[in-house]
Amino acid sequence: MHALANPARFLRIARPATMWLFLVGAALAFAGMAAGLTLTPPDYLQGETVRILYIHVPSAWLGMAGWLAIAAASISQLVWRHPLAAVAGRASAPAGATFAAICLITGSIWGRPTWGTWWQWDGRLTSMLVLFFLYLGYIALASAERERGGEGRIAAIYGIVGAVNLPIIHYSVLWWRTLHQGSSIGVTGSSIDNSILWPLPLTLVGFSCLFGAAVLMRMRAELAEAKVEARMRRMSR
Amino acid sequence: MNPWPFVAAAYVAAIALTLALLLWSYASMRRAEAAADAIKRK
Repeated sequence: MHALANPARFLRIARPATMWLFLVGAALAFAGMAAGLTLTPPDYLQGETVRILYIHVPSAWLGMAGWLAIAAASISQLVWRHPLAAVAGRASAPAGATFAAICLITGSIWGRPTWGTWWQWDGRLTSMLVLFFLYLGYIALASAERERGGEGRIAAIYGIVGAVNLPIIHYSVLWWRTLHQGSSIGVTGSSIDNSILWPLPLTLVGFSCLFGAAVLMRMRAELAEAKVEARMRRMSR
Repeated sequence: MNPWPFVAAAYVAAIALTLALLLWSYASMRRAEAAADAIKRK
């Protein structure tokens, strides 16, 4: 990671990576969604609404992965003083917040025909909503700290403390058995039939690549803004 | 209950928000990099 500590070296890798992540992500996400909408059979219980799975699961994963990235960047900033860590943390927040919002919206739309309600204060739904508000708090705090010329240490501590919500989201379906179904996809296997499941890896990888492209674009924007601010400070002396 | 309007609404929301994120990230990156290039040339 410290090989990328030099912003010039990072930018040499980030510039082509941004384009490739976008192209590969768009192609895979489109293929996965098209296959999910047209090539898979309806579920025996949920019928056609099961097709929401192909966008809901990647957005849930990326909503949580975004905060994991913030927490990892915050630790890297506070412990190893990695010069790009604060930039990476701030750049991950808008993408994470967007996918947390997509997860909440698609979950609510899925809930209406499946459970008969748009919303319930169920453990999984509520902890995901808390994650979305944590993102908004992090974005506001990090922006305010940056405007004051701070190093972003308070936002980094907030990023680490906020990570406590991630295991709560993950285990919420076990701790509070209310409305949301238990985990049906694990590392070792899945209770969903392969004839329905197979487009999911395409949208998972596709949306993850698009998430990566958005984070790299935000990092490049922050580095360019920092360059302008530094030059303006030198010129005003 | 016809499920297709729900499926369509979920896909439209997901695609629209993802596109908005990517367009906003791209526009802010282009604006910041153009400003950095302009100030370097001065």
